[in-house]
Amino acid sequence: MTDFVQALVNGLGQGSVYALLALGYVMIYKATKVISFAQPSLMIIGGLFAYHFTRVWELPFWIGLVLAALCGAVLGMVVERLAMRPMVGKPVFTLAIITIGVDIVLRIIANRYIGVQSKIVEYPGGSERLSVGGVSISHQTLGLMVVTALVVVGLLTFFRKSRTGLAMRATALDQETALAQGIKVGTMFALAWAIAGGLAAIAGTFVATQAAGIEQTTWIIALKALPAIIIGGLESINGAVIGGLAVGVVEALTAVYQPDVAPWLGANFALVAPYALMFAVLLVRPYGLFGQKEVERV
Amino acid sequence: MLSVQNLEVVYHDVVLVLRGVSLDVPDGAIVALLGANGAGKTTLLRALSGLLDVHDGKVTKGQVLLDGTAIERWPAPRIVQAGLSQVLEGRRVFAEFTVEENLRVGGHSHPDGLDAAIGEVYELFPVLKERKDRTAGYLSGGEQQMLAMGRALVARPKLLLLDEPSLGLAPRIVQQIAEIVQEINARGTTVLLVEQNATMALSIAQHGYVMEHGKIVMDKPAAALLDDDDIRDFYLGRGELATSYRDVKHYKRRKRWLS
Repeated sequence: MTDFVQALVNGLGQGSVYALLALGYVMIYKATKVISFAQPSLMIIGGLFAYHFTRVWELPFWIGLVLAALCGAVLGMVVERLAMRPMVGKPVFTLAIITIGVDIVLRIIANRYIGVQSKIVEYPGGSERLSVGGVSISHQTLGLMVVTALVVVGLLTFFRKSRTGLAMRATALDQETALAQGIKVGTMFALAWAIAGGLAAIAGTFVATQAAGIEQTTWIIALKALPAIIIGGLESINGAVIGGLAVGVVEALTAVYQPDVAPWLGANFALVAPYALMFAVLLVRPYGLFGQKEVERV
Repeated sequence: MLSVQNLEVVYHDVVLVLRGVSLDVPDGAIVALLGANGAGKTTLLRALSGLLDVHDGKVTKGQVLLDGTAIERWPAPRIVQAGLSQVLEGRRVFAEFTVEENLRVGGHSHPDGLDAAIGEVYELFPVLKERKDRTAGYLSGGEQQMLAMGRALVARPKLLLLDEPSLGLAPRIVQQIAEIVQEINARGTTVLLVEQNATMALSIAQHGYVMEHGKIVMDKPAAALLDDDDIRDFYLGRGELATSYRDVKHYKRRKRWLS
């Protein structure tokens, strides 16, 4: 039982990273109907910003985190302005391919910075762990969960209550009508990218606090957010969070139990588990768990 | 005062849709713009409210003057800010939003006094107040049209462009919409009304324009248009035609004002 709960907690911790990344994908998809493949590079660069602020400039962790998120947001806006805005109105497939290009360019720049030494951000409190009844959780994972929860609540309130959030949702539903209401649609796109960039940077910072830090291959983590958004439904904030956590938990549980229960699946099946979960969900609910149901009068 | 002078609009760089349109909408008036499908009415409205970009259209000649300022190259949000709002054809409410959220979005460009503006809209459309927490997409067609108009009014426009507000509505609801348009006008908003339902439009307008093939072909006070034989034949419909078609060669039957 403790094993199970421990795996669950670890899964939720890792799942929080996926959830943050998935939220970024959802932001951009909702606003522009494009799946941005640039998120991995935004995550890496966000983590490197945090590294630079905390290790090179020796700022405290939390300040570094906030600054990294801000820099990530600015970077997201720059990408939108330079690579996406000139292509407004072109097929979304073209735009998605452009994001792959952006990702490659940004990752090459990031790799120059990373070099051969993995970049680790130190979390205040280091390797201390909190233990409750045999289950232990590191302070860093706890911090990550709290930050994720705050971000989700913040985003939900922003979209529900604020004028700009409402305008962003309106733009996502119908761009022409939004324009006719006096909403600056381009600004809304930029904002979506800024939020996505900021979220990716927060995720990247916490990835950098893990034991392995940020290496040249760390970007692959961000791809696991793809099954997360497909499980949750491409347009749903709740779906992204739940999908992200589900991917984390399934991964952790598979890692613990699969070698005993189903050894014939081979080693490292945990890496494939999120995708298997994605298939299972798609079979039952093709629009994902929280996918948008069309409002229709009959 | 809105004044359109010799406006030419081209779609996709090749399709000439408006071929020199001129019209005037004096302050405080209701002006009707009539025309068959494809005459260019909606394109004219898009040119006025800055929505041509979305459809890959461009103003290639001419001017749109709002109170003397040329606005034909302004982006849509700036035009809304300046006091010109359009209610799009087909209502286009945000189906997944509640009624109230739709209205709030309408006030995006004028955040000051938003609640008061929404209150005024509720006063004008009491049915919207009853339904304010309902999902807009499930309202009836007439209610959606009211919501679309209310949403535009939240921005407190000086000039309201209405694109086919009677589209797909039952005759009684059309009558109700007509009364609401008059009420909106009485409260000080100038209205440019695009309609296929010519009887309704001319019954509430002071002046009417008729468009065909991207040009204004007729321009008279509404009462005069209602009495015009050609208009009666082609837009209003009546039992017998002014001239019997039996006497006319088939290629002459379609009335053309130009060519």
